[in-house]
Amino acid sequence: MSVFLTGYWTAFGKDEYFRKFEVYNMEWPPEISLETQSLSSAPYGGLIAVVRDRRKIVQVHGGSKPVVSIYNAAGVFVSSFVWDSGQIIQMGWSSACDLLCVREDGQVLIYDMFSNWKHKFGMGQEAQDIKVVDAKIFYTPHGTGIAVLTTANTIFIVNNVKEVKVRKLPEPPGVNNHPSAWIVVCEDRCSRVLYARDKDIFSLGEGDTHASMLNLNLRDDASSIRDMAVSSNNEMLAVLSSREKLWIGSVDGTRCSRIFDCWNMSPQQNCQLLWCGTDAVILKTGLQLHVVGLEDENISYTYEDSVFCIQEIDCIRVISSYSMEIIQKVPSDVRDIFKINSTSPSSYLVEASKQFQKKSHRANEYLHLVKPKLFQAVMQCTDAAGHEFDVNTQKLLMKAAQFGKICLDDCSPENYVTMIRILRCLNSIRHPKIGLPITLVQLQSLTMQGLMELLMIRRHYFLALDLASFLKMPDSSRIQLHWACYKVQHSKQEPEVIAREIANKIGRAKDISYKDIAVEAFDCGKHELAVKLIEYEPRADLQIPLLLKLNENFLALNKAIDSGNTDLVYHVLGHMGKNIGKAEFQMAIRNFPLAQALYLKHCATHNIDLLKDVYTQEDKHKLLAELSLKEFLAWKNSGTGDASLVAAHESYKRAKMDFNVQMCDEQLKLNKYQKGLEEKMRRAFCGLSLNETLKTLLLMGDVKLADKLRAEYKVPDRRYWWLRIQVLGEENNVIELEKFSKHKKSPIGYEPFVDICLKIGNQREAVKYLPKVKEELKVQYYSKVGMMEEAAQIAFEKRDVDALEYLVPKCDPVLSDKIRQYIRTLRK
Amino acid sequence: MTNYLSGGKVNLSQLQEMYRKELLRLIDKCDGPKAIVWDDALGVPFGVIAKSSVLRDHNVLKMYQLNFGKLPVLKDVKNIIFISRAHEDLMDMVADNIHGEERSGIRKEYHLFFVPRNTTVCRKRLSEKGVLGNFTYIEDIKCDIFPFDYDLLSMEVENTFKDLYLYNDPTTLYQAAQAIQTLQSLYGPINKISAIGEAAVHVNKLVDRLSREPHDFPSHSQIDHLVLIDRSVDLLTPLVTQLTYEGLIDEIYEIKNMNVFLPADKFADSNDEPNTMISPKKTVILNSADELYAKIRDKSFSAVGPALNKKTQAISKELEERNTDRSIDQMKNFVEKLPALMENKKSLGIHLTIAKLIREIVDSDDFNDTLKLEQSLLIGVESDKVQTYIEDMIAHQVPIFKVLRLICIQSFTNSGLKPKVLEYYKKEIVQTYGFEHIITLSKLEDAGLLRVQSSGKRVYTILKKTLKLIVEDGSETSPTDISYVHSIYAPLSIKLVENLVRTGSWRSLTNDLMLLTNKIVHPQQAIINNQTRRTSIGSHASSLNENTKVFLVFFLGGCTFSEIAALRFLSRQDEPNNNVEFVIATTKLINGNTFLQSLVKDP
Repeated sequence: MSVFLTGYWTAFGKDEYFRKFEVYNMEWPPEISLETQSLSSAPYGGLIAVVRDRRKIVQVHGGSKPVVSIYNAAGVFVSSFVWDSGQIIQMGWSSACDLLCVREDGQVLIYDMFSNWKHKFGMGQEAQDIKVVDAKIFYTPHGTGIAVLTTANTIFIVNNVKEVKVRKLPEPPGVNNHPSAWIVVCEDRCSRVLYARDKDIFSLGEGDTHASMLNLNLRDDASSIRDMAVSSNNEMLAVLSSREKLWIGSVDGTRCSRIFDCWNMSPQQNCQLLWCGTDAVILKTGLQLHVVGLEDENISYTYEDSVFCIQEIDCIRVISSYSMEIIQKVPSDVRDIFKINSTSPSSYLVEASKQFQKKSHRANEYLHLVKPKLFQAVMQCTDAAGHEFDVNTQKLLMKAAQFGKICLDDCSPENYVTMIRILRCLNSIRHPKIGLPITLVQLQSLTMQGLMELLMIRRHYFLALDLASFLKMPDSSRIQLHWACYKVQHSKQEPEVIAREIANKIGRAKDISYKDIAVEAFDCGKHELAVKLIEYEPRADLQIPLLLKLNENFLALNKAIDSGNTDLVYHVLGHMGKNIGKAEFQMAIRNFPLAQALYLKHCATHNIDLLKDVYTQEDKHKLLAELSLKEFLAWKNSGTGDASLVAAHESYKRAKMDFNVQMCDEQLKLNKYQKGLEEKMRRAFCGLSLNETLKTLLLMGDVKLADKLRAEYKVPDRRYWWLRIQVLGEENNVIELEKFSKHKKSPIGYEPFVDICLKIGNQREAVKYLPKVKEELKVQYYSKVGMMEEAAQIAFEKRDVDALEYLVPKCDPVLSDKIRQYIRTLRK
Repeated sequence: MTNYLSGGKVNLSQLQEMYRKELLRLIDKCDGPKAIVWDDALGVPFGVIAKSSVLRDHNVLKMYQLNFGKLPVLKDVKNIIFISRAHEDLMDMVADNIHGEERSGIRKEYHLFFVPRNTTVCRKRLSEKGVLGNFTYIEDIKCDIFPFDYDLLSMEVENTFKDLYLYNDPTTLYQAAQAIQTLQSLYGPINKISAIGEAAVHVNKLVDRLSREPHDFPSHSQIDHLVLIDRSVDLLTPLVTQLTYEGLIDEIYEIKNMNVFLPADKFADSNDEPNTMISPKKTVILNSADELYAKIRDKSFSAVGPALNKKTQAISKELEERNTDRSIDQMKNFVEKLPALMENKKSLGIHLTIAKLIREIVDSDDFNDTLKLEQSLLIGVESDKVQTYIEDMIAHQVPIFKVLRLICIQSFTNSGLKPKVLEYYKKEIVQTYGFEHIITLSKLEDAGLLRVQSSGKRVYTILKKTLKLIVEDGSETSPTDISYVHSIYAPLSIKLVENLVRTGSWRSLTNDLMLLTNKIVHPQQAIINNQTRRTSIGSHASSLNENTKVFLVFFLGGCTFSEIAALRFLSRQDEPNNNVEFVIATTKLINGNTFLQSLVKDP
């Protein structure tokens, strides 16, 4: 095997090699001809867009409108569409696999890789007015940029097609001639354009106020610049002059590595200048491909057919009608192993491993040669395997690494295992169906996340999921989400079926929100599907906004009620209130008790009339009555508001609450009576309770009137007596009090008379009532009045030990001794 | 200093810590010197979460109470942060403040932090007032439940019961479910849930619903069992006078956010400092940070006197030691102890004064007569007639809630009042206290606190027997049953919990419980995904080793201090293989007066 391996190698300088190998046999139809069609592709094994070259005259098949066809890197057909919107100036790919088509009027039309129209943006009014003649698509670490050149030789630039901000670049000084070449260079966050006019190169920076000139010595005064190329890392520059001089140096023009004379290569019109990593400049002239090194190396490849080259960060891809090849400098690890007569440890290790598999004793000899540097050899073999596209070579190298690893005492398997995973990953994405022919270096630069992103965009969900779980990557949910969104967009099945399928796949994944999927469905105008999907969303606060957007008011209301989150119910009600009429709204929420309750509660503080409306409709007479009562109470003290009271009365009647009806009646009567009193007595009565009215009358000395009122309202004896006593006490009228006590037997006993006298501090009067106090309370009341001896005496007579004990602490020492004596006597 | 919140098996200081971080994170978002304008109801609970010194470290220069009108002039302040609950009237105040500031013409940045979360209605209100756009940040501080003590959490939402049973508005129940979610996110999934009453079943449903949303719980379960109790199942207990020390402080002076305001002049002597206070109220913080208080708060008041006595003797003995001869070492020892000793002495002084204040009231005839009636109603002596004592109370126009409490107790113990009796009371009340109380009474009826007797079973009589609610000969000083918290009555709610703890389920009681409510969720495994289940089995084993099960008892609609005392009493009972510890959560701490007041108050 390895014998043939170096067969594809070409020596490049003293100790370096270039290799060229075929990756794919292009699967596209044989009509594809690079002679008549123009190709655009992108780094990282980008897709290829093919369209008829408008500059070439060919026989037109079919319609007159050009067709844009999209293939993957292996020539597998992806999609196509008819182009019918004007002159394409430039076509290219964004790093997110969107096809960018720059039109003459500065409009950039964006299609996805499946030929679906996405959107478009303009490069500004000025660009539109003066027409675009050329455009460049470039890649920054943050996205894809576009620069356009107008007929007036001004340049407009957009740094990221995802956030379009058009900036105008400064104009080069002097006569405003058309540039002979121009390219975009990216530095950190800003970009600048190198603008070549005749033999001068101007640097036009984004933030600059004016252009600066690059100090670049072509050593050829008479010529003008024909083409330029900048390396993928934006550090190296290649400039081709019209007199076939190739200048190679740093991008700022200060350092020149080499000036190469290529007159004998006869660069023609369709030449291509590009960088192969930073190792060499590739100059394609006709069927010839020249690899020009930085020092004095150069080699050439010759093709039988037209080819198209794409610059990658560490190689170039060469596409012909039949195949796709990669040309790169042989990575040093690979070179050290397979170089003829190599004496590197890794080379010996590979040999040892081969002998070992042949079960030859020579394995040991080779191993001996490596022994001191075995670890290094294992590492080299592992790394070299990563650089190989051929599976057998990969196996060979990994076996060698494994063999070496066994012979080491403590070699962590991590590196080895990681590489095996990466190789599986690389091999599967390089499969023609997937068509991502990227190298290990490219994968590292792209990162695994970036790769997943690409796979998702290309709808290789299954592979992406597989890889994510195989590589133990954490964010497989993003892939599922992406898949679900795709499913939503494209599936033609019944909404029910789609929703169920998605739910079955995704289940209750933690970081996926069904809301996002449902919103996708909504954005595609798939109403029913959106409703079905949102059903799976566990969080009600996410469900509801979308349901309202979908105008599914009742569903939203149901969800809100189910969630128990009343704020959501208010939210839905607010939305509904705005969108449907009041009557309809009130009817609608009748079937939702919670919603209605909340609505009514809200009305109670914001709109009483609405509340009344609903109560009336629902025959809630009791509640209506209470509303009227509240109205009445608000006016109570002013003596108005009888109308409300009458209304309450009526409502209670309808509610068949007789007692309350009666209360209202009495209150109406009382109101009237109080008004009468007010007129007669010139005092405020309105708003007083019946008791207060009675009290006021009594305090005014109008006992007769009070008695009459009391009789009318059937105030119980007890309460009236209490009131009388209380008032008489307040008036300090002991004479009347005594009279009152004698006019009838007291329904509340005579204790209150004692109490009231004590309250007004009249002990003498209090004593008067003591004989009438109930027997069982006598001890207590005698002591209350302070007649402790008598109290003790009574208690003793009643043989009441408890009462005596109650008295002890309240008496002076002499008396308490006596009481204790009593107690002892009784206890005997 | 050790944190008094971390005293339980479930360390509630973690909750405090989480809220503090969240609060400070949001405050730090506002760059520059700040002033905070607090919703009055949040000031104290947030004081527990982050002390003002901590806020000062985060560049909070000033703090104000949210009110109508214009804010004071704040020269060096760049940010004004409003921290408020989502109430419309509070939004009006915020808007008023901002209008005032805008008129003064000085540009400031305004921020509005909602506790626990903003609402559509409030945002709409702000936008109607034209200030919604003025805020740089509108954030939520998702503080659903506040830690009050090592075993006590309160949501501090007053109207749960009223909203639910008068307006059918379950808003706070959602917040309760969120609070449970928060607790699970800190202390692991709760695998067993029991619920009784409509609100409880509703919350259980919501917890279940929320568990289906993405969440992140630690695998180790620290709480074994969640018991949800709807206040409507036991409306009797809040009405009965609380007779524990803490309960009485609350009955008489009303404890708010674990603070109580007492007449300052009574403390003048015991304070050892010149009485320079202008405020007529002295604030006393009541929680287990005060060692002495933690010991006596749950005791029956009659046992508090002796306990304080003992403590007094102990302290004076220790203080006397300084007068005896001693070595340098001993003296050094003493001096080290001195600050703690002085702290104890100060606390003792405070509690002696409080006890004296309470003693005066407890010894009064009014108090005793009321208690006597209350107990006879509970025992059930001739309790279905019109009670003369209640009549006389009305005649004397004592505060109406005292009257209503007794009538409601009568209604409950008789499974409703006879129509004649109820109408008689109603008429008495309306004629005496005024016509407006016709609405008060109607609300009590709507809420089920007042009822007309129906021909069905006498629920209270049955439950009294099966659950042993009345213990007439229990000891108050060395109790053996939870009934000591109300002298003779064991809170129905806690009897239910006790039963659950003892038998592990309510099934043996089902028939009796059905009399209270048909909304019961028997203990069941909560729905959890496989992963947490596997680990929770492991943790179950470990909690078996420790032999103590942790119950989270969540009262929906409020709980009383007597109920808390009863639960603490239960957890102190040593029973082999059945040790329990309780974490008590409630929507609000209530007593009979505050409960009825909030119910009757207009929204």
